[in-house]
Amino acid sequence: MTTSLTTKAAAVAAEPTGADRATAPRATTSRRRKRPPHTPLRPRPSIPLTLVTGLVLVYTLLPLVWLVINATKDQNGLLNSFGLWFADDVNFWDNITRTLTYDDGVFVRWLLNTLLYVVAGAGGATVLAVLGGYALAKYNFPGRKAVFAVVLGAVAIPGTALAVPTFLMFSNMGLTNTPWAVIIPSLISPFGLYLMWVFATEAVPTELLEAARIDGSGELRTFFRIALPLLMPGTVTVLLFSMVATWNNYFLPLIMIKDPDWYPLTLGLNAWNAQAQTAGGEAVFDLIVTGSLLTIVPIVVVFLLLQRFWQSGLAAGSVKE
Amino acid sequence: MGWGFIGPFVAVFGLVFLAPIGYALYLSVFRDRLIGGTSFVGLDNYGEALADSRFWEGLARVGLFLLVQVPIMLGIALLVALAIDSGRLYGKSFFRVAVFLPYAVPAVVASLIWGFIYGTRFGLVGNINETFGVTLPDPLSPSLVLAAIGNIVTWEFVGYNMLIFYSALKVVPRSLYEAAAIDGAGEWRIVASVKLPAIRSALVIATIFSIIGSFQLFNEPSILQKLAPNAITSDFTPNLYTYSLSFSGQQHNYAATVAIVMGVITAIIAYAVQLRGMRKG
Amino acid sequence: MRTHTTRRLLGTLAVVSALALTASACGSDTTDGAAGGPKDVEAALKKGGKVTVWAWEPTLKKVVEDFEKKYPKVDVELVNAGTGDKQYTALQNAMAAGSGAPDVAQVEYYALGQFAIGKSVEDLSSYGARKHGAGFTPGPWNAVTDDKAVYALPMDSGPMAFFYNKKVFDKHHIKVPTTWDEYVEAARTLHKADPKIFITNDTGDAGATTSLIWQAGGRPYKTDGTDVTVNFGDEGTKKYTATWQKLLAEKLVAPITSWSDAWYKGLADGSIATLSIGAWMPANLSSGVGSASGDWRVAPLPQWTKGDKASAENGGSSLAVPKAAKNKELAYAFTEFATTGAGASTRVAEGAFPATRADLESKAFLDTPFPYFGGQKANQVFAESANNVGTDWSYLPYQVYANSVFNDTVGKAYVSPTTLTDGLKAWQDASVKYGSDQGFTVNK
Repeated sequence: MTTSLTTKAAAVAAEPTGADRATAPRATTSRRRKRPPHTPLRPRPSIPLTLVTGLVLVYTLLPLVWLVINATKDQNGLLNSFGLWFADDVNFWDNITRTLTYDDGVFVRWLLNTLLYVVAGAGGATVLAVLGGYALAKYNFPGRKAVFAVVLGAVAIPGTALAVPTFLMFSNMGLTNTPWAVIIPSLISPFGLYLMWVFATEAVPTELLEAARIDGSGELRTFFRIALPLLMPGTVTVLLFSMVATWNNYFLPLIMIKDPDWYPLTLGLNAWNAQAQTAGGEAVFDLIVTGSLLTIVPIVVVFLLLQRFWQSGLAAGSVKE
Repeated sequence: MGWGFIGPFVAVFGLVFLAPIGYALYLSVFRDRLIGGTSFVGLDNYGEALADSRFWEGLARVGLFLLVQVPIMLGIALLVALAIDSGRLYGKSFFRVAVFLPYAVPAVVASLIWGFIYGTRFGLVGNINETFGVTLPDPLSPSLVLAAIGNIVTWEFVGYNMLIFYSALKVVPRSLYEAAAIDGAGEWRIVASVKLPAIRSALVIATIFSIIGSFQLFNEPSILQKLAPNAITSDFTPNLYTYSLSFSGQQHNYAATVAIVMGVITAIIAYAVQLRGMRKG
Repeated sequence: MRTHTTRRLLGTLAVVSALALTASACGSDTTDGAAGGPKDVEAALKKGGKVTVWAWEPTLKKVVEDFEKKYPKVDVELVNAGTGDKQYTALQNAMAAGSGAPDVAQVEYYALGQFAIGKSVEDLSSYGARKHGAGFTPGPWNAVTDDKAVYALPMDSGPMAFFYNKKVFDKHHIKVPTTWDEYVEAARTLHKADPKIFITNDTGDAGATTSLIWQAGGRPYKTDGTDVTVNFGDEGTKKYTATWQKLLAEKLVAPITSWSDAWYKGLADGSIATLSIGAWMPANLSSGVGSASGDWRVAPLPQWTKGDKASAENGGSSLAVPKAAKNKELAYAFTEFATTGAGASTRVAEGAFPATRADLESKAFLDTPFPYFGGQKANQVFAESANNVGTDWSYLPYQVYANSVFNDTVGKAYVSPTTLTDGLKAWQDASVKYGSDQGFTVNK
């Protein structure tokens, strides 16, 4: 919290650009409540508009409602009751217990793996994107323009066909079937690099950097002392987007990880799903549905906790013209 | 010094993107066969890819998808963003979070959910048919399956794009609205002449990433394939095609070739959109 | 053109040298001395070590425990590296990479040819595998061996049977069909009586289609080394298409894909009334469709000609030892343990369907009542089916790929006016093209 406050203070003091603009609407919001006159600038909440937008809300939430309702059913309830209503008996807690303990509690292991991948992968991706974006925004170096073109071009190539070459390379390096095989590719977030680039252009005034240099501050020190605090909101933004991406990562671990002990949750759920499709396998749709719900919960909590960070971060990022 | 900061990114990027692409380029000039082994074939694979109707049909399909789904998705995202930004919604912070939620749902899970909804016998569509005595068309039939996939993609990404637009709107200087409002401009007028131009760069970025996403369409069709194996063929999208070439057919060389051709086409279109988007205004 | 002939020549050379190798290996088998002989297996077991097994078959868990108890120095790591083609992909990738391949891998019969032709699995005859030949039922044994080599040992089998929902049949006064014509009649009656009920589900499944063609006497694939024939124009195939086309045209099969959750629902609520499927199905029924316990029964497959007793295999897997295995002797020891003798019996007790004659003929096995099937001694039906499996069936050496394009081609018959015959022809063409591209001599 303190960092974010200092961030804004510093930005306002230095030059009223990105961060200042981001705070401006918030100030008006509080003013709006005190002054009732409704104009295009201070509108009255509208029931028709809320209803129309509510349609989109129904659209986005209905499938999730299905998930919540069905997480309360056992295997028979899933097969024999209407999808959008509860079965006769509610097994919610029982399902959660069974999901967490099934097969010697492998779900918990997958959860911990996923956390590891998210912390290391998304954390690393954020660090790399922040450093890279800062460099693209604030340094003039040979090849600067080419970097983003190459990144965009590379991203345009379908990943499925690169999976085998990547696998063979990683295998030669002895990385397959280890957490590194998931973490290293997660370190790259092209969207994050782009976001940090525009964000740093806006949020870090070049004059501040030059002033620091004149004072004899080294480049690294300047980055950590001046630029990084200003980049905080954008950093959190990139962190959140990479976290979701890593959390939901499926294809890459599918190729790289063969040992269920290193599965992330998505792969584990899929393995449970595949279990119902093999001779002699046990169908555990109830555990899959409950496991799916449990998989979403942590990421939702993180969103709720950090949402205001990404608002200001994205905001300043997208101002760039 | 700039390279010092971007160096780590470039190094890892080189390892996980450029090296495999280089490897794929290398693979693309060979042919490996179950009987007879590997031989150098020059650009033969490229010639084959350019004349491969399965590839072009897939490309046409994602092209159509792009033209229809991306505008709808971005349009809804923009409208919701404008609605929330207008300050005229009850419970706008709830809207903001709820519309974003589907993005947090892993594809494996999304397929289970939508598989249920689309089911004409046990699913929601089936229930509606039964309750109201109607016969809704099967969303997973060959003629509708692309729309069914478009719906899932829209569901997943509408909130993501909404947030990008919404945040861009939040930083449009209010002095601009005020000036327009004093001139007597209505709300729609302000949207058209102040807000939209102000968030143009966000629109362009969202469009570019959506184009790349559409051309690489894979997860949703690949998962729905289990439910609609005849409607979603193994060459339904170019990315699905390279996957089945590589994984079912062991044709890594040809798969690499198709991927490279696809990448070049995607990059050209994305680049053109960027140029055009940035130049306008 | 010259390169082509050279390549073919090299291919022939490879085959010849492989033959020579096999011959010498066979020789060593009897002399009991050279590398890879049974003696080495004994020695390896005494010395101990680690064996990695890639398999998704659930009953192997128990076998691993027993094996480790018997040979305390051996550490077996059982890894579920994916199911079916996912695991084969992983296996191919690991082999291509030259590291990370397991010591033992589960491979379904239909997929084994690909590994055999690619010479990526050990010939187990040098370890003495041939002596077990007589112990296996003919269908599975034929699937893992040819005159050159033993590519794997059969782990289980799937002789087909007719599973039907007796409750539904009784309610609508349907007799168990003994011929496919009666089956079509039953389908009509059922669907007419209650439009929600379908005789079965089908959205096009390569395994099921080829199995029924197999039962009808069709032999669309012939493989002789690198010479391959694909022909979906034979009599057996025609019998199948004639019957199945009726079911499709009259919309008598439910458009539900097997193994989906909708499928399990249909099996539970009676709207999918029958399944013609492998004898491993009971385990899936009792775990996935527990609520329908008591409703289902088992009967022999309907016949293409009245009075026949023809059957076919559907599914089933083997255990193979990849060439890239680190400890082949131990790998073979485990494979042998899990597929023969006590190991096989353990797995049968756990619910697997045997490929071993001893288990199949044991009284205890035949007399086991299945509470799920209302106490019926279902194994008698399955065992009889196993004895009646048509001989000389073979899959393509690249069946994994062929199956992956089944729905692209034959699938059209399920969702468009394309006929099954045309669909199968398109499938044939795709298989011929792929085979030729891969260097096989197809249909020449």
